[in-house]
Amino acid sequence: MSVDKDTVRRIAKLARLAIPETRLEPMAGELNDIFQWVEMLGEVDVTGVSAMNSVVAQKLKWRDDEVSDGNQADALMRNAPQGEDHFFVVPKVVE
Amino acid sequence: MSELTAMTLAEARDAVRSKKISSRELTAAFVGAIERARSLNAFITEAGQEALAMADVCDRRIAKGEAGPLEGLPLAIKDLFCTKGTRTTAASKILGNFVPPYESTVTQNLWDAGALMLGKTNLDEFAMGSSNETSAFGPVFNPWRAANSNANLVPGGSSGGSSAAVAADLCLAAIGTDTGGSIRQPAAVTGRVGLKPTYGRCSRFGIVAFASSLDQAGPMTKTVKDAAIMLKTMASVDPKDSTSVDVPVPDYEKLLEGGIKGLKVGIPKEYRLDSVPAEIDALWTKGAEWLKAQGAQIVEVSLPHTKYALPTYYIVAPAEASSNLARYDGVKFGYRAPGARDITELYEKSRGEGFGLEVQRRILIGTYVLSAGYYDAYYARAQKLRTLIKRDFEQAFEHCDVLLTPATPGPAFELGAKTSDPVEMYLQDVFTVTVNLAGLPGISVPAGLTRNGLPLGLQLIGKAFDEATLLRAAGAVELAADFRHRPTKWWST
Repeated sequence: MSVDKDTVRRIAKLARLAIPETRLEPMAGELNDIFQWVEMLGEVDVTGVSAMNSVVAQKLKWRDDEVSDGNQADALMRNAPQGEDHFFVVPKVVE
Repeated sequence: MSELTAMTLAEARDAVRSKKISSRELTAAFVGAIERARSLNAFITEAGQEALAMADVCDRRIAKGEAGPLEGLPLAIKDLFCTKGTRTTAASKILGNFVPPYESTVTQNLWDAGALMLGKTNLDEFAMGSSNETSAFGPVFNPWRAANSNANLVPGGSSGGSSAAVAADLCLAAIGTDTGGSIRQPAAVTGRVGLKPTYGRCSRFGIVAFASSLDQAGPMTKTVKDAAIMLKTMASVDPKDSTSVDVPVPDYEKLLEGGIKGLKVGIPKEYRLDSVPAEIDALWTKGAEWLKAQGAQIVEVSLPHTKYALPTYYIVAPAEASSNLARYDGVKFGYRAPGARDITELYEKSRGEGFGLEVQRRILIGTYVLSAGYYDAYYARAQKLRTLIKRDFEQAFEHCDVLLTPATPGPAFELGAKTSDPVEMYLQDVFTVTVNLAGLPGISVPAGLTRNGLPLGLQLIGKAFDEATLLRAAGAVELAADFRHRPTKWWST
């Protein structure tokens, strides 16, 4: 399996990452080196092995269904790159 | 004042508690040392004035007999832990101006115990790297240099600012995070102690997430005893992190006593690599002899899937990272690229300009291995490999109590030596990454010098939640190694 320039462009689109055209080719090369190296996982027989879901065996914890935090709008807005009142400002989404 | 900064955490604690020195004196010594060591670039944000003000508060508490277990002790904090009101960058442009409105649980535990913060230390961007060279705030220099050389070496990574700060006596101790070796590897190449606790031992709340199933916070210290003291305070079960595990946190410092007579130490034969220099192998053999001389029993064990650990990691960790880093979109917080015409372009440009090269590379790997058509071949298979790697350890621990291995495949290297080949850089974590995949605790202890006078560490690996035994064994290595070498202070102005 080999990653080409178009594949990099496609996954960059999926990842919402703007990559300059001149970087696509070198990135494809770097990713190929890495994928060639991980290919060795193919030689292991994993029939009947279950995928790991949790590294420490424990039941997922439950908590009471009640409000424990909130009313933090001011604090949340403080790091917003652009905001008005308690709204995040973004370029127009709906025409 | 140099004597003050050279103290261990335990020595400083006892001196402050018995009022031989004040927290103010101690803190002032470190603030001065940090200012004189700016050429190392160990800190992204210094907090000297705040630390001095806190020291006065601590001294008043000590006077009133209200001292906490770490009262008045100055620490350095990896800039991946959110600190309320103090900029937290993850060494990324995308979080360059982020000031968290909340505190991470681990740092809160430290402050509740009376410790104070000297500043936020440099790291690889989002903790992705093994040399601290991916930081948007520039590389960190290792306080150590090879004999007869002025070449700057990397301090390891990703917790490279923390390792440099502890090695150069710029703090009593530091905290780091370890996803594939990011505490143990930098500690090893700077001649210090680095402990990654069991997954779930310390809360991950408020730590900027890299790979959530692997990340764990831990101490970087001058001695094993200091690591024991730090872990006791850092560890807690936390309702804000559902993966923090509700098991008692013992008094690790007390449990250091007792020796290792009868302890079974496993030597995993798969960790003997042809590519590793002979002096690392020799140190490993010496380590086993040290433990044997103190009454331990050495047994050979097998971890057959060891060679698959790094490739497994480089699927699992980027997959989780690509998901975790999806939140950086230029909308709610963090960097926003100027001039975007629509919302998609806003996302793409903000992320393209805000993330550095290595982070972008890992986001792409992660996106690829999770994408339709490739998920089963890569991600699902890697998760099965992870099960096999963990099973290897379970079977090995039927025959021993701890494992002894080298910590790194080599000493600190020169800046730029491995940046052109990602896979070569990834191999730095060959001995440490297995521990993260299996969720186990691991510790690196300084054990000797290379022929060129650079520090090398040995790693011990423990059973899940048995940090007490791990620390006791590490103490035995420390005792036998008697590592007293210090770097020449070339950086101090």
